[in-house]
Amino acid sequence: MTVLWQNVVFGALIGGLYGLAAVGLSLVFGVLNMLNVAHGELLMLGGYAAFWLFTLFGVDPFVSILPSAAALFVVGLVLYRVLFERLASAPGETKLKNSILIGFGVSLVLQTLALIAWTADERAVTTAAAGAVLPLGGAVVPVVRLGALIVAFLALGGLHLFLRRARFGRAIRATADDPGAASLVGIPVGTVFAVAFGLGSALAGVAGALVSTTDAVSPAIGLSWTLKALIVVVLGGVGHVFGTFVAGVLLGVAESVSGFFLGNAYREVMGLVLFLVVLSVRPQGLFARE
Amino acid sequence: MRGAVPLGALSAACGVAAAVLLPVLTTNQALLSWAFLVLLYTALAQSWNLLGGFGGQVNLGHAAFFGLGALATRMLWLGGAPVILALAAGTGAATAAGIVIGAPSLRLRGPYFAIGTLAIAEILRITTGNVLPDVSSLPAGDLARYALAPRYYLAVFAAVTITSAAWWLARSRFGHGLAAVREDEAAAEAIGVGAFRHKLGAFALSSGFAGMTGGIFAYYHVSFYPAFVFSPVWTFDPLVIVYLGGVGTVWGPLAGAAFFVVLQEVLSLQVGEPHLLVFGLLFLVVVIAAPGGLVEALRALCRPGARRPAEVGSPPPA
Repeated sequence: MTVLWQNVVFGALIGGLYGLAAVGLSLVFGVLNMLNVAHGELLMLGGYAAFWLFTLFGVDPFVSILPSAAALFVVGLVLYRVLFERLASAPGETKLKNSILIGFGVSLVLQTLALIAWTADERAVTTAAAGAVLPLGGAVVPVVRLGALIVAFLALGGLHLFLRRARFGRAIRATADDPGAASLVGIPVGTVFAVAFGLGSALAGVAGALVSTTDAVSPAIGLSWTLKALIVVVLGGVGHVFGTFVAGVLLGVAESVSGFFLGNAYREVMGLVLFLVVLSVRPQGLFARE
Repeated sequence: MRGAVPLGALSAACGVAAAVLLPVLTTNQALLSWAFLVLLYTALAQSWNLLGGFGGQVNLGHAAFFGLGALATRMLWLGGAPVILALAAGTGAATAAGIVIGAPSLRLRGPYFAIGTLAIAEILRITTGNVLPDVSSLPAGDLARYALAPRYYLAVFAAVTITSAAWWLARSRFGHGLAAVREDEAAAEAIGVGAFRHKLGAFALSSGFAGMTGGIFAYYHVSFYPAFVFSPVWTFDPLVIVYLGGVGTVWGPLAGAAFFVVLQEVLSLQVGEPHLLVFGLLFLVVVIAAPGGLVEALRALCRPGARRPAEVGSPPPA
């Protein structure tokens, strides 16, 4: 029983990161109607930023979140301006399909660049707090993972407030609802698109920095994180920041509980099966309103 | 002119004859295995093209069918069945899986088809790795009798068959229906073209042929981990090849495969590992700037200003 409870706790902790990874993807998808399948590679870059800041300058990854987010914001902006922007005016179906293709090309390029620059070695950040744990009803909670969950939650809260309250955040939501009408009331739609893409990438940067504290970072981790993010987006529905976070935690718990019953080798399979079931039964997401 | 043999058919026949005669003309094993790879990649890329190019459905789970065909063929063949029967069974298994998987996933709208198929391939890859963790190697007896020529002829057969299927799609009523569905599903339905039926037909063809190619790979490769044949590279390589060569064209996959294999050889001699970087960049350039790929570029070089209407055109990027 304790082991199962421990699995639930661990699943929830890692699930917070799934949620954070998914929100950036969801933001880009919801606002621009583009699916950036290189999102996992952006997360990988964020992980490397935190790893190198720690290794070279001893910066704690929880501090590196800010430079990592800033760097990824710029990367996202450049990617958008150079590659994705030309799709902005295309009709919906074509836009989606071509954004997937471009994202696929970007992921191939980023993955190989990372391989050239940093080799295929798995990297991890081990800070002084790495071994510390807190007790929780018979299970243990690693402090670093708890910190990552809290930061993920705070980042999403910040995003939520920004989208609800800030003038620019509201412009983003208006553009997501109806770009034509948004443009008519004077919202600079082109800028909003670029910033939304940058913001989505910055969130991948935050997630990557957090991932570096708990899991391995290597050039190959992108695809699996993209899949996780996609699963969570489908579970949570597009455009709901907290729905996405809850769906992430749910996926984390579902994975580790099924890992407990079926063996650890099947935890990812269960997540994917869950995803296919939801996709065929409720394609608008578990938490989406009609 | 009436009765004259069309130039295209003539050069295709010459190409097939050259491919068939190659093992007789040369004993150079390096050249032969290079040609084998071109044919294998042509077959795999063309099988993706049947659904992805002619049908416009971006399938990111192609590796699932390549892997199923490879696994079934390998197990039956190493179990003692004649390789032709094993290959037929592998092709059949992949076709059946294509219908079973295609029917629900083709009902998914927008990006969910691409993601859903990717998820299916990953499920199969991880599960296969868990159930069959050991490397599959040829027994010593088979290894001693190993010859490249029969593998090569099977690859010729697959490349010719699948390219013929593409040629048929570019001309037949079914192919025109499929093109109509690709361009505008609602409009196609309105004029009586059953969109789902056409997409499912193309899916079954595409996955069956992917399975056939996988089976040939399983017959060719001396030892591999069973999970490897489900690896995403068996989706991503054909996708890159198809776009480099010309998506939705009959000859694009052949041009792309030759280019891919040659460039890979040259680059791995020159720069080693990072050849994927070059392919990734080239892929981006093609998707963004030259959606017709190599085939369209060659055509523009040969006849400036002219565009042959007979072939199904490549879908515009935006």
